[in-house]
Amino acid sequence: MNQEKIVMVGNGMAGVRSIEEILNVRPDHFHITIFGTEPYPNYNRIQLSKVLQGDTTISDITLNDWNWYEDHDIKLYSGETVVHINTKEQFVQTNKERSVSYDKLIIATGSLPFIIPVPGSDKEGVTAFRDIQDCEKMIDCSKVYKKAAVIGGGLLGLEAARGLLNLGMTVDVIHLTDCLMDRQLDETASKMLKKELEKQGMKFLMNKQTAEIIGGDRVEAIRFGDGEVIDADLVVMAAGIRPNTGLAKESGIEVNRGILVNDYMETSIPGVYAVGECAEHREVVYGLVAPLYEQGKAMAAHICSEQAPGYEGSVLSTQLKVSGVDVFSAGEIVEDEETKTIKMFDDWKGVYKKIIIRDGKMTGAVLFGDTSEGSKLLRLINKRANVEEYMGTEEAAESMVATMADSELVCGCNGVTKGTITEAIKKIGLTTFEEVKACTGASRSCGGCKSLVVDILAHTLGDEFEKEDQKEPVCGCTTLSRDDVVEAIREKGLTYTREVMNVLGWKTEDGCSKCRPALNYYLGMINPVEYEDEKESRFVNERMHANIQKDGTYSVVPRMYGGVTSADDLRKIADVADKYEVPLIKVTGGQRIDLFGVKKEDLPDVWADLGMPSGYAYGKTLRTVKTCVGESFCRFGTQDSIGMGIAMEKKFERIGTPHKVKMAVSACPRNCAESGIKDIGVVGVDGAWEIYVGGNGGTHLRAADLFCKVTTNEEVMEMIGAFLQYYREDAAYLERTSVWVERVGLDHIKEVLADKATRDALNARIAEALSVTKEPWKEVIESEKIRKELYETVRVTK
Amino acid sequence: MEKTNERIKVAVLDEMPEKIGRTVRIGSLEIALFKLADGNVRAIENRCPHKGGVLAEGIISGEHVFCPMHDWKICTTDGKVQSPDVGCVKTFAVKIEDGNVFILI
Repeated sequence: MNQEKIVMVGNGMAGVRSIEEILNVRPDHFHITIFGTEPYPNYNRIQLSKVLQGDTTISDITLNDWNWYEDHDIKLYSGETVVHINTKEQFVQTNKERSVSYDKLIIATGSLPFIIPVPGSDKEGVTAFRDIQDCEKMIDCSKVYKKAAVIGGGLLGLEAARGLLNLGMTVDVIHLTDCLMDRQLDETASKMLKKELEKQGMKFLMNKQTAEIIGGDRVEAIRFGDGEVIDADLVVMAAGIRPNTGLAKESGIEVNRGILVNDYMETSIPGVYAVGECAEHREVVYGLVAPLYEQGKAMAAHICSEQAPGYEGSVLSTQLKVSGVDVFSAGEIVEDEETKTIKMFDDWKGVYKKIIIRDGKMTGAVLFGDTSEGSKLLRLINKRANVEEYMGTEEAAESMVATMADSELVCGCNGVTKGTITEAIKKIGLTTFEEVKACTGASRSCGGCKSLVVDILAHTLGDEFEKEDQKEPVCGCTTLSRDDVVEAIREKGLTYTREVMNVLGWKTEDGCSKCRPALNYYLGMINPVEYEDEKESRFVNERMHANIQKDGTYSVVPRMYGGVTSADDLRKIADVADKYEVPLIKVTGGQRIDLFGVKKEDLPDVWADLGMPSGYAYGKTLRTVKTCVGESFCRFGTQDSIGMGIAMEKKFERIGTPHKVKMAVSACPRNCAESGIKDIGVVGVDGAWEIYVGGNGGTHLRAADLFCKVTTNEEVMEMIGAFLQYYREDAAYLERTSVWVERVGLDHIKEVLADKATRDALNARIAEALSVTKEPWKEVIESEKIRKELYETVRVTK
Repeated sequence: MEKTNERIKVAVLDEMPEKIGRTVRIGSLEIALFKLADGNVRAIENRCPHKGGVLAEGIISGEHVFCPMHDWKICTTDGKVQSPDVGCVKTFAVKIEDGNVFILI
């Protein structure tokens, strides 16, 4: 068969997307060859910042794997660059001396990062942030070096900066003007953004022009135009991108800023197309994904000789992918004399909204803090809707969905159209947002189109759509969320896990390893006195009261209140270690001693010999209260931190919590007990105690927030008790305080706990829950039944 | 030549708690023994095919056990690892007579 030959230069998102469109229209008509300089199949470049931030991996951002090319008979030359196009005889030549002829040529070379031409910019340790290699370079660098500088406070720069913070580096962001993301945000939003990012640990140097990169072979510092110098081990250039047009220009194709194209993405040479970031359409070069997909569609139709409307340009919109910061902007962002605006500004909650209206039509918007309206606004701005349409109610949102064409793009990140979504809903019978996300990929990347996807779901399902289903379910066994389940347990007075599952219509008969421990926790939290803990619904460590190791042995950590021990206790620990041949004795990070490698059947005897209470080093409960030595010995100590720590540990030990809770008490702001990264951290200052909450020293490193400052020890106990009980009652199972505090907001927690009567009620409830806890090791030692059921191994000699 | 199965008594049915595993060691072989919610007893090799986790300590739901190490879900009846993971553990026939639990090896 005589197939037409398509050659594509570039193997990126816009190009490959166009090929997909072509294959959709005429599956077997073309013989396709693709050249890509990078040694990877097509991946989602905009997700690189998430890779850097540690939220996903490179393999997860691959859009078309090697098999896809093979399945579609596409010849892919990766790691090979086209160096010349002969537009007369219609063939391309590569750096590996390969020549391939074409009938249709697509140039999709994307853009190149702009490296500021200052002395020293070629030094080792200076990188752009554009591809997988750059990303890997930064990750490697963070393992050795500590001080990063990012040049450019735009979208890419800030995402890179956040990633570098996550990698444990300190980060200075250098920006040319006094407003971050000044091409996408107005001054108000920009200032709010700066404040929020400073809170996350970024440092900003505004109004700074980079003059020189200083160092030997490797970068050591940066000098600015004003003479100031800062140290840096890694410099990331994120000062913008330039369309990659070199090849086109040399081959005689007309180029302005980008490769000039018409509405069908045809260049000045017949049979040669350009698409994506390298193309210039009606004097605009786009650097974002969504418009590129629209271009690809228009071009594909033309290549396949289909009658279709051409590409008419796009309204630009932006969403920043930095965790904990919600920013959105679209279209016009700055008002002038002819515009009117709708503005909402809540400095307290950190929420800002501005909509720009020109001649009664919506032309732009900026959102900060709450971007749930983003995709709706974008659609309205795209069609220059009358402002009345926006002012309407929820029905307006639905009718807007109704008027969308099937071919319209809903998810710009993953290129999912309305048609794809409605078809999946109808054909596969999807009913929830999560299902649509899993099935179509819509909203899987930045999540910005979530509300639009939910609207489409509502519109497609009509009466069958149930709003309740759209919350995050406890697990795959149910569609109910944590809040639904807790409310139902309270309202219906449910008393055991099996009953909860039956009454609430679980899909599985007996739950799973996710919901069973969660339900067991919620039931116990709601009804501490009557509820009988279900051992079989506990994760192994909490059932066995020891920490399981990879070989099936356990580790044993006795309680050591406030990290204080005695010669007697140490002797006992040493004797036990000898008697049971404990292979490893280790001091823990929580100021206690861990005996590793104890056999399951030895556990009860080990505990009996120790004669000490369980340190709960395995539980979703208070672990330890770490303390510094405090005023009794330390010359800086202002308070009795040991005494306070012991009192806290004795009061709150054994209380069940949604996740583990770590505490610390330091006697001065030097914070030797690391109170700043604990769930609850107390810091003594002269004549007072500061209480910090929501800190985390683990996977998601987070500095604790100052919750309150009190003067007496009783007040410390009162505030901790109230905070802990509110966390117990409000957080989802397995949600650490760091995540919970961020989700509900510190201000909200402060507001709730500001009321003395509320605090008293919370303290009464936690006291009730504490009153029924039992020392678990003692319970095992004293019960032959438990020992037999849980700890005995049946031995049969053959 | 195949030997006839040997019957080994490992437990008394009434003494087994529901949905909590028990470790049984026969020579060098380690078996996880479970009494399911429906009263049936299952015996499988006490070793997750993933990283050797002790299955006797897993959470049991219906006829499945979740490995306590990395949450692989394994069917105690046919020994099959459930998707998205793959693999299989050895299962052993169980006989109950006069309230005694036997494993056939």
